[in-house]
Amino acid sequence: MEVVVKNSLFMVIKDKIPGVVFFKPLVFILCLTPFLLLIVNALNNELGPNPVEEMIRTLGDWAIYFILIGLTITPARKVFKLNWLIRYRRMTGLFAFFYVCMHFLSYIWFDQFFSVEDIVKDIIKRPFITIGFISFLLLIPLAVTSTNGMMKRLKKNWGRLHQLVYPVSILTLLHYFMMVKADYLVPGVMLVILSVLLGYRIFLKFKI
Amino acid sequence: MSFIIKTASKQDIKSADITNESDYLNRREFIKQSGILAGAAWAGGLSLPALAKSSDYGSDYPDLIKTAYGKGEKLTSFQDATTYNNFYEFGTGKKDPAQNATNFKTDPWSITVEGEANKTGTFHLEDILKHAQIEERIYRFRCVEAWSMTVPWVGFSLAEMLKRFEPTSKAKYVEFETLYDPQQMPGQVRRVLDWPYRDGLRMDEAMNPLCFMATGIYGHHMPNQNGAPIRLVVPWKYGFKNIKSIVKIKFTEHEPVCTWNVTGPKEYGFYSNVNPNVDHPRWSQATERALGSKFWEPKTKTQLFNGYGEQVAHLYKGMDLKKFF
Repeated sequence: MEVVVKNSLFMVIKDKIPGVVFFKPLVFILCLTPFLLLIVNALNNELGPNPVEEMIRTLGDWAIYFILIGLTITPARKVFKLNWLIRYRRMTGLFAFFYVCMHFLSYIWFDQFFSVEDIVKDIIKRPFITIGFISFLLLIPLAVTSTNGMMKRLKKNWGRLHQLVYPVSILTLLHYFMMVKADYLVPGVMLVILSVLLGYRIFLKFKI
Repeated sequence: MSFIIKTASKQDIKSADITNESDYLNRREFIKQSGILAGAAWAGGLSLPALAKSSDYGSDYPDLIKTAYGKGEKLTSFQDATTYNNFYEFGTGKKDPAQNATNFKTDPWSITVEGEANKTGTFHLEDILKHAQIEERIYRFRCVEAWSMTVPWVGFSLAEMLKRFEPTSKAKYVEFETLYDPQQMPGQVRRVLDWPYRDGLRMDEAMNPLCFMATGIYGHHMPNQNGAPIRLVVPWKYGFKNIKSIVKIKFTEHEPVCTWNVTGPKEYGFYSNVNPNVDHPRWSQATERALGSKFWEPKTKTQLFNGYGEQVAHLYKGMDLKKFF
């Protein structure tokens, strides 16, 4: 623990740099950029020959990226001693939820045109959609309880509830795997990353 | 054969003609400009409209016979048909084939004919083409992934070619094989599919007049990413049955191995006829998305046998299409 004491002054300085007032809005805009670009491209008719597929896939990809980024924050913070990272955990998680919502919305809107019958049929009949939908449902309580007030009210249970993100991350990736026809490279890489991130937590839990 | 009689059933001739008169009359003019226009559009990264324009047409086949097949159908744009491809030999992304197939060498090309036929051996493509009556047919193309396009294919009747190899009475099926050459086909470096890509047809299916061997699209020689130099087009079946860059044809007594059937036996059957009533286990086949349609445009209804039932339904009389999917 000696090391921490020695580094504490340095950590304070390091801690301050990204804490500058404008930094958080900047990250917010950065996180929103893929969505804005998608909207611009969609309106300019530049999503290629199959725009609906492109839209749904892009939003789905970003949802997974944000789930993975969100899960990276705690290990990165601890391993690299970047305490300030914690300030971006909630934002990252909410962006994951945002992209999941947009992914789902683009599906019910542009793929199914709000046909409740078709959507319900799809969710029941197609296992990969069922899994994706469950994943979406499980994220809702996490988004709802993401406020400071909720954090205080739920106390210890807040942490317990938010461990739901672990099964959500697995289900989300399963949703991707189940959709693939033959080439598992991209979800495979994501699986390796997720395994490291979840493996880190398992390691901590059983070692300490 | 100095003259040909073209027959097409009523279903193929649509009264609405998307290519207007003046476009047809000015075709020569357009042909001249097309190269320049297409080049400029590509270089400038302009987004071309969804539907084909006269400038989409190439002049590689100056005396091309236009048939009644698909007359009046709305054509997908050349850009969309050549940049959104499933050709896993060049990568699994839709844009990969157009990017990775640019240096693919298709000349010289030969096809090996094997199995239950009298005339087997290896034939140069130009020798096969010598006998062929090259013509244009517009066919609807429906991918198993629920997207579709409409393409003016250039080529010749599969049946006419197969007859020349004199298949014997033992030939119950015909199997096709795509080139296996990981040096040229970067997608084959990884074992995404069980290379080489294979697919096949029942002999009576193959002899159906609709089956087409295509060597070009939109008056251009076949772009590499679309299966150059020669590919199969079976318009009433899902797209993956339309095997590309063919190097082998084999007449067999038994049902041939089909690559996608090996990959997913419950998902991709030997027949794989377009059928809105038999869903893929993971998605519905009831509707399709036409390439080039805007994101706010709804999907269109998929037709049984992709709308070619009049010509092919008899092939499957008495068969349970749910079982033989």
